[in-house]
Amino acid sequence: MYAQLVKSEGKSQAELTPEDIAFQERIDRGEKIEPKEWMPEGYRKTLIRQIGQHAHSEIVGQLPEGNWITRAPTLERKQILLAKVQDEAGHGLYLYCAAETLGVSRDQLLEKLHSGEMKYSSIFNYPTLTWADMGAVGWLVDGAAIMNQVPLQRTSYGPYSRAMIRICKEESFHQRQGYAIMMKMATGTPEQKRMAQDALNRLWYPSLMMFGPSDKDSVHSVQSMAWKIKMNSNDELRQKFVDQTVPQAEYLGLTVPDPNLKWNEEKGGYDFSEPDWDEFYQVLKGNGPCNKERLGARVKAWEDGAWYRDAMVAHAKKKAARAVAAE
Amino acid sequence: MPSLPDMMTPDAEGLARQAGQGGAHAPAADADQDAFVEFLLRMGDNALILGHRNSEWCGHGPVLEEDIAMSNIALDLIGQTALWLGLAGEVEGKGRSADDLAYLRDAWDFRNLLLVERPNGDFGATLMRQFLFDAFHFLQLRALTGSADPRVAEIAQKALKEVSYHLERSAEQVIALGDGTAESHARMQAALDDQWGYAQEMFASDATDVTMAAAGIAPDPASLRKPWDDTVDAVLAQATLKRPESSFAHKGGKQGTHTEHLGYILAEMQFLQRAYPGASW
Repeated sequence: MYAQLVKSEGKSQAELTPEDIAFQERIDRGEKIEPKEWMPEGYRKTLIRQIGQHAHSEIVGQLPEGNWITRAPTLERKQILLAKVQDEAGHGLYLYCAAETLGVSRDQLLEKLHSGEMKYSSIFNYPTLTWADMGAVGWLVDGAAIMNQVPLQRTSYGPYSRAMIRICKEESFHQRQGYAIMMKMATGTPEQKRMAQDALNRLWYPSLMMFGPSDKDSVHSVQSMAWKIKMNSNDELRQKFVDQTVPQAEYLGLTVPDPNLKWNEEKGGYDFSEPDWDEFYQVLKGNGPCNKERLGARVKAWEDGAWYRDAMVAHAKKKAARAVAAE
Repeated sequence: MPSLPDMMTPDAEGLARQAGQGGAHAPAADADQDAFVEFLLRMGDNALILGHRNSEWCGHGPVLEEDIAMSNIALDLIGQTALWLGLAGEVEGKGRSADDLAYLRDAWDFRNLLLVERPNGDFGATLMRQFLFDAFHFLQLRALTGSADPRVAEIAQKALKEVSYHLERSAEQVIALGDGTAESHARMQAALDDQWGYAQEMFASDATDVTMAAAGIAPDPASLRKPWDDTVDAVLAQATLKRPESSFAHKGGKQGTHTEHLGYILAEMQFLQRAYPGASW
C-alpha cells in the first residue's frame, strides 16, 4: 500500500448539499466518477493527495531496487530487475496522468514532493543492503502493495481504477520475481540462506507498516471508505497480508521475526506483533535510515535535468515556429 | 642482494626469442576460430558495458518518459549481450556460459570499445555517446545480417530491429538538444568534442577484423566509416553542432587495453559472483 495517512476532506452530515448526497448515491450504486463530472471539492482534493502519494511512491520506489541494478548477479537477473524498476516508473507515469485528470499537473505534484509537503510510502526509506533484499522487496513490499491495490481496482474514480487494473497485472509479476529470488537464496548456499533470513528480519515490520496505523488511530478512513477511495481498513489488510505471507515464509524455510506469531483457530488468522509505531512516525517525519538519500536523489535528478527539459521545450517551440514559417 | 638481469644483454634477447618460438604455430583454422571468438566478445562486450552504463540512469533521469526510454535501451543491450556472449562461449568450446564471460573475466579480457565505458556525464553526454555508437552499431548490424555465419546473421537481425529504434531516438535527441537552448547547445558541443576521439576507435581495423572480413563473417569496420560520416554529419548539421576536426583516435579497448573506468564497472558488476563463487542466483 503506497498511500498512508492520507488526509480526507469530508463534511459533517449537516453541511451536505443535495449535490453531495446525489454524488454519494452514485458511488453507493457502484457507478464510476469520470473526470469532467461534478464531484465534491473534498473528494477531488483527497484523491489528488492519495494518487499523488501513490505516484511519488512509485518513482521513489525505483531507488531502493535501482540500487542493485548495476550489481545484479547474472545477465538474466539484471534484465528482470531493470524491467521491474522500469515498470515502477511506468506506474508513476499512469498515476501522474490519473492525477492530472483532477486538475493538478505532474510538475506541481513533483514540486510538492521535493519540498516535503507531499509524502511517499515509508517503506522506501529503508535501505537495500544485500541481493536478498531484491527478493524480499518484491515478495513483501510488492505483496503488501497488491493487497491494497487489488481492491482499489474497484475504486469509485474511473481513471484511478483503470490505472490500478494495469498496475496490478504488473505487480503480480513483480511479486513472483521477488519470491523466485527468495527461493533461490533460501535453497542456496549457507551464506545465501543467511542473507535471505536477514532480509526478512529487516523488512518484515516495515512491510507491516505499509498498511498505515491501526484502525483505532486512523482518523481519515471513514470518509475515504464512504467515497470508495479506500476500500478496506488498515488492520483488515494487514491481517490478510500476514495470513498470506506466513505460510510462504514457512515454505522458504525462513522464520518470521515475531515471537508472538501464532495461528488463532478462533479468528481463522494469525495473531502477530504490531510494528513499532514510534519508528513509523519517525520515518514519516524524515528520520528513517534513507529519507535524505531518497528525496535527495529525486531532487538531484530533477535539478540536474532542468537544462534538458528547458532545451526540449525550446526545441519544440523553434520547430513549430519553423513549420509555421514554411507554410 | 640479487640483481635483476639486464634486459639489454644479448642473452636476454636470446631468451626472448626462445620464448617467442616456444609456442607451437596454430593452424589457420584455429586462428580463424580465435578471431571469431574475439569478434563475438567485441560485440557482446560493447552491448554489455554500454547497457550497464545506461542502466545507471534508472531512477535518475531528467523526466519520467526518458527514464523509461533509457532503461529500455539498456534492456535491449543486455539482451543482446546474452546472445553474443552465449555464442562466444559456444564457439570457444570451453564450456563457458554468457554469464561466465560477463562476470568472471577481468578487464584485460574485455574487448569493448573505450567509448562505451566512458562515464555517463550529464544526460546530454550520455545521449551523445549513445548516438555516436548507435550510428556505428546500426551499420555494423545491418552488414552482419548478411554474415556467412547464420548464427551471427540471426542475432544481428534481432538486434537490428532494436538498434534502428535506438538510432532514431538518439539522433532526435541530439538534434533537439543541440538546437534547444544556448546552454544545451554548449553542453552537447562539449560532449561531442570530449567523445570524438573515442568514437574513432570504432573504425580502426586490426588483424581480427581483417580475418573476419575475409571469412565473410563481419564487415571490416573501416568500410563503415563513410556511411557513418554521412549519418553523423547530417544529424550534427540539424543539431547546429560543429564536427570536431581532429582525427586522433583513442584506441586499445578492442584489444583489451582499457581506460581506468572499466575496472570500476567490473568491480561493481561482478561483485556477487566474485564474493560468492559458485553460488546460483
